[in-house]
Amino acid sequence: MSEPPGATVVLAEAPPTDEPSRPRTAQRVLPLRRPGRWIVTAVVLVLVAQFAHGLVTNPFYQWDRWSYWFLRPTILDGLLITVEVTAYSAVLGLVGGIVLALGRLSKSPVLRAASWTYVWALRSIPLIVVLIFLYNFSALYKTLSVGIPFGPAFFSFDESRLAGDMVVAVIGLSLNEAAYAAEVVRGGILSVDQGQHEAAAALGLPKGYQFRRIVFPQALRSIIPNYVNQLIGLIKGTSLVFYVSLLDLFGSAQTMGSTYPGDIVPLLLVVTVWYLILTSVVSVVQFYVERHYARGATRSLPPTPLQKLRTGLYDLRARIRREAAV
Amino acid sequence: MTADTLEALADVEAATVEVHDVHKWYGAHRVLDGVDLTVRPGEVTVVLGPSGSGKSTLLRVINHLEKPEIGYVSINGELIGVKRQGDRLKELSERAILTQRGRIGFVFQNFNLFPHLTVLDNVAAAPVATGRLGKPEARQLARELLDRVGLAGKTGAYPRQLSGGQQQRVAIARALALRPGVILFDEPTSALDPELVGEVLAVIEDLATSGTTLVIVTHEIGFAREIADRVVFIDGGKIVEQGPPSEVLDRPRHERTRDFLSKVL
Repeated sequence: MSEPPGATVVLAEAPPTDEPSRPRTAQRVLPLRRPGRWIVTAVVLVLVAQFAHGLVTNPFYQWDRWSYWFLRPTILDGLLITVEVTAYSAVLGLVGGIVLALGRLSKSPVLRAASWTYVWALRSIPLIVVLIFLYNFSALYKTLSVGIPFGPAFFSFDESRLAGDMVVAVIGLSLNEAAYAAEVVRGGILSVDQGQHEAAAALGLPKGYQFRRIVFPQALRSIIPNYVNQLIGLIKGTSLVFYVSLLDLFGSAQTMGSTYPGDIVPLLLVVTVWYLILTSVVSVVQFYVERHYARGATRSLPPTPLQKLRTGLYDLRARIRREAAV
Repeated sequence: MTADTLEALADVEAATVEVHDVHKWYGAHRVLDGVDLTVRPGEVTVVLGPSGSGKSTLLRVINHLEKPEIGYVSINGELIGVKRQGDRLKELSERAILTQRGRIGFVFQNFNLFPHLTVLDNVAAAPVATGRLGKPEARQLARELLDRVGLAGKTGAYPRQLSGGQQQRVAIARALALRPGVILFDEPTSALDPELVGEVLAVIEDLATSGTTLVIVTHEIGFAREIADRVVFIDGGKIVEQGPPSEVLDRPRHERTRDFLSKVL
């Protein structure tokens, strides 16, 4: 240190004592002033205000038409389709992903190779190609049968009757989703400490119990954030089902847009707001699900927004009191 | 503790553990090189040896967490992880091995408690999962075992909210819930702060006096002297010498034992 030795002596000296009732005032640490931060904050606020002003006042957006369309039955029907397709595909995709992940982690080289190939293929083919391919599936295979490969069939389905548009959409999205979910789940399982596998084995817990109750719940901690990311992609990905003639949220807006060309912008805004709402709902659910699976992983759970607000107000009050006292 | 479960605990018969000419390789490296060992019922055996000598591997071979390439382990005469077919040994199914492990307690150096389960559920999990007890009975047993290791007040806590010494005591209760004939300890105090070692050793000592068969890998020489019926010194995958602590620790016959003891004492 290059400080002159006198500096410490000055600190050690008693502070000016014209106010003996507050002896600590002189040693109070003043927080660093940050003028740069205030300038940046001001600039950002101005930009946000300009954007909001434009959004409200620009006639281009036609907010009156927006409110006309926002809760129209056609739009709500489309929204329902979007939610349904997303929900089915998210669940089936996750189940498929778990199976594929277990395949990739299995000791059998055949299962490992099969899972790897599936993931490789489905991640390489664009979703839209998978969907249109499935849509034309009935032309490729007239019947679908369950039986011995190359041998007799036990059941058979008439393909054209089985595959409604909804079924095609869900199958296509699930096949695609499973490939991505497989990697998310595999990563989650690998993140569980080896000691957990050993402890479960040493206690003689049955294999299925080990996975369901010990390994998977811990893997979920890392699976959830990644899978929700995937899920949000899926919500928007469902807009592709328009191409297999399923009228989802986007599809309904698109159709209405070609009937009322003047309303295309407000219709797109309707769709945007609905997608924002869906994503927000998913994010809120994610917070609470993550919080649930955080039990035991941290010494105390992360606070809910309400708890944060409460402690925030409490801290603010404490700070004001402290300032007043000094 | 209710009289019933106390009796049920006392009911468990201490097991005989026999290790027959076990050889084990990791790749080209030979970790165990023909180990023979017999542990009599209720006996407390402490395994000592330098790092890398194969003592942990020996312990893990006993409950078949590691498969020996040659030789076998038997507990009360029952082969572990293998069966005899003519004059050959054949590996058992995974399910059968898991069932056998359900009778052998194992305590890890790093506790390996299940962090997402409460202390009570950690202890109650195995008896429920293996179908040996119903959930209420298993929880009752878990409460009594936690009381025995001095953690009656921590049943609802999660493992990471406990100190290392408390976690290791939960791990011991978890092993006891199997009602094991033998408990294996793999350096149970090595991951603990020095001031927490005593509470774990006290629990192990309590088990030793209650007549359970114990095999303990440890570096606590003083503790070994106090509770061991027999000390086994292992080096280079071989048992160098064994006997009562007064012999092996105080008058070691082998140069390597003397050398090791002079370093750790």
